[in-house]
Amino acid sequence: MKKEFKIIAQLIENNTRVLDVGCGDGTLMKHLKDNKNIDTRGLEISKNNVQTCIGKGLAVIEGNAEKDLQQFPNLSFDYAVLSQTLQAFYNPEKVINDLLRVANKAIVTIPNFGYWKVRLQLLFKGTMPITKNLPDEWYNTPNLHMCTLKDFFNFCSKKNIKLNKSIALHEQKTSNINKINLNLKNLSSELGIFLIEK
Amino acid sequence: MNSKENIKKIIIKKPLTLDCGKTISNYPLAYETYGKLNEKKDNAILAFHALSGDQFVSGTNPITNKNGWWSYAVGPNKAIDTNKFFVICANVIGGCMGSYGPSSIDPTTGKTIGTNFPVITINDMVNAQYNLLDFFKIDKLFSVTGGSMGGMQVLQFVANYPNKTKTAIPIACTASHSAQNIALNELGRQAIMADQNWNKGNYFNTSSSPDKGLAVARMAAHITYLSKKSLEDKFGRKLQERDDLKFSFDADFQIESYLRHQGNAFVDRFDANTYLYITRAMDYFDLIKQYNGNLSNAFKNSKTKFFIISFTSDWLYPTSENKEIVIALNASGADVGFIEITSDKGHDSFLLDIPDFLKSVKKFLEANY
Repeated sequence: MKKEFKIIAQLIENNTRVLDVGCGDGTLMKHLKDNKNIDTRGLEISKNNVQTCIGKGLAVIEGNAEKDLQQFPNLSFDYAVLSQTLQAFYNPEKVINDLLRVANKAIVTIPNFGYWKVRLQLLFKGTMPITKNLPDEWYNTPNLHMCTLKDFFNFCSKKNIKLNKSIALHEQKTSNINKINLNLKNLSSELGIFLIEK
Repeated sequence: MNSKENIKKIIIKKPLTLDCGKTISNYPLAYETYGKLNEKKDNAILAFHALSGDQFVSGTNPITNKNGWWSYAVGPNKAIDTNKFFVICANVIGGCMGSYGPSSIDPTTGKTIGTNFPVITINDMVNAQYNLLDFFKIDKLFSVTGGSMGGMQVLQFVANYPNKTKTAIPIACTASHSAQNIALNELGRQAIMADQNWNKGNYFNTSSSPDKGLAVARMAAHITYLSKKSLEDKFGRKLQERDDLKFSFDADFQIESYLRHQGNAFVDRFDANTYLYITRAMDYFDLIKQYNGNLSNAFKNSKTKFFIISFTSDWLYPTSENKEIVIALNASGADVGFIEITSDKGHDSFLLDIPDFLKSVKKFLEANY
């Protein structure tokens, strides 16, 4: 299991209810279910992945977060997880609001557009950056709303969303992000993992 | 056609009060089974058939000598693997394959019951079939499944008996029969009733049964089981054994000939009155109304694990109606999975060899067994 999922799993308390939005092949869900006695549900856009999840005995619904999150009642989960897909939505703000409507807390992870390698590509090559976390060309990327860790940090404070935990991930190493080191982390991290609450 | 005398039947002694208010007892329920019930009796799957189906799910139907209606899905090593699971299927009450229905003989008159048969509902069908659990001494089923009207029975079963099945797979169905579907069923019923041979339901042998009306009903219904694309791909405007139009009302087009064949083949195995009763039961099906406008309440006491399946080209029971069930289940916090299978074959997809569909069913069953 990738480091990102390990960190997410550590942020989630045992014996809780979790909605994994964009659950992929169910790796994280299965881990949470088997190791932390968590009651998991998944929402996934790819039929192939849904099939894989069903084959693992996971309760996964085929659907699109922007349309299908609305079917879940208010606060029906303890946590909602959204891993590296916020930037692919038409309306990321609405998705965040929906996550915090259906769950007490949300864990959102973001590929950092402020990462130095990304910045250098744009600055020196003059082309849209392509990295490990952003592998697509500008014309076929699913990403519509790229942001930096700092952008997300600022978004939360502007929208009165509590940041309970902000973790930067770089080459398997984690560190906490705070107001003081924000500019540095925004430059040095590939991924941000945020535990948020309304 | 072979005799129906060898059909397996149980006589249900326990009285059943129907939704219409009448009570029936000592009535036959015809059934068939596939695979073996294990010692723990935890591997039983109750399959519910659709409008034109019967208890002969797989293998050769001994009455029609054709493949059972779900031969692609049920059998050794298939999606519903009869090497592992014990599959039970009963002919619904109101049916015409041995269960109590309008073609049963009324012992007091020696004639078929015809339209003196009470109007039945999906709920009545399910309550009658519940007796199979007692018969096989099964405390809890492993799964209940079925497509179309079979899916409606799945929903009703879980609503009525919330903890009598571990899993449930309703396929290509709805929680509430739509106006469009009621309209299409009414078209079929009117075709039957417009046939002089129908005679208000009093016809006693095959030479005087309303075959023409029933064939038209079947033809109309058959179109609704397909999709525009599947008709286009299979038939297009191809002509039937001729090089040019004949300027007549014979079956010039292959699609006409195909539909006529479907209609004619159907009357050999199906009773017109049963068609009226079963379509009526489907039209009356409204689980949302049964639970006072809140479908979630139908499932709130259940721990059953659901897997709902719809098909992209099914316009009779479209994905949107299947998704309503998913939403209601989610609202009640139920354990539910859902997938929309890509298929051009319309509503009939659930009966066909659609690998993605069959694989999904297999994976779900085996992951939960």
